[in-house]
Amino acid sequence: MGFAAAIWGIAGAGLLLSWMKSREKTLAALWFFRRSFLSLAPSIVAIIWAIGFILTFLPADYVLRSIGPDTGLQGIVLAAVFGSVVLIPAFIAFPLAASFVRQGADIGAIAAFVTTLVMVGVLTAPLEAKFFGKNFALWRNSLSFVFALVIAFVMGAVLR
Amino acid sequence: MKIKPVPVILAILAAATVLIYMRRPDRALSVLFVSKDYLLEMLFILPPVLILCGLFDAWVPKPTIERLLGEASGARGAAISLLLGTVAMGPLYAAFPIGKTLLDKGASLYNVAVFLCVWASIKIPMILFETKFLGAEFALLRLALTIPAILIISGLMKFLEARSLIYAQK
Repeated sequence: MGFAAAIWGIAGAGLLLSWMKSREKTLAALWFFRRSFLSLAPSIVAIIWAIGFILTFLPADYVLRSIGPDTGLQGIVLAAVFGSVVLIPAFIAFPLAASFVRQGADIGAIAAFVTTLVMVGVLTAPLEAKFFGKNFALWRNSLSFVFALVIAFVMGAVLR
Repeated sequence: MKIKPVPVILAILAAATVLIYMRRPDRALSVLFVSKDYLLEMLFILPPVLILCGLFDAWVPKPTIERLLGEASGARGAAISLLLGTVAMGPLYAAFPIGKTLLDKGASLYNVAVFLCVWASIKIPMILFETKFLGAEFALLRLALTIPAILIISGLMKFLEARSLIYAQK
């Protein structure tokens, strides 16, 4: 929660400083906040509800366990799809990935999982689309997915 | 009449939760508890980010951003985007309002795409963490492949934008 505390502190200090310099601009900033927050709230609730479903019915360890050694293309694609869909914080994902490497999971598949986990967000794509438009979110995520596969193949070949 | 998708999706989610509750109450409750945790996290992080975006919008003049991150900012603009994405912490959804504010202030699509992808994937504490668990070879090779991948992805986004495949007109 370090990030949240820091950003609240910075936002509070910024508002105070801004208020002392110009009330008008500060009010404009607060209106900006109100407008964007209200327009985002329903989508956020929908996205988070969907996340609840995915995390309940698609536990991470179950899917990663199904990726064994030398699963090749199939394992890499499966891991990439899984990494794109779930939302796991890095401090859980890396130890989890490491435990599967020890159990003999394919290194390319692990690379695919980690890379798509951070770069591709199927669940956050609707939120991304709300800010940048449908096409932007679609292209950024699909291109990231394709390049995550490329990265995974290279890593699988180099580190095997 | 245009159908609004969000209320429809919310209704489907609510119906699904009720249906699951009738068969497996424990699963339905798990869905709600997991959602509650994420909702609290997002509600804790998004408001200050949006306040900062509002302040940024009110105080930073458009020409400044156009000069630093606009179409003509070149390699320096890309370097600034890369740096901005690396030093910031926090989840990707916190980067969306920031990237959008930059875009509205005149930053190029290329630079905003670099910023978003870097924010998502390159963080110094995260690299250290990855090194610890998956080894330096794994972490550094992945980093070395990710940076050019991000530049190519952003270049392709720029290419698509120039052909109006991202925004209808601009």
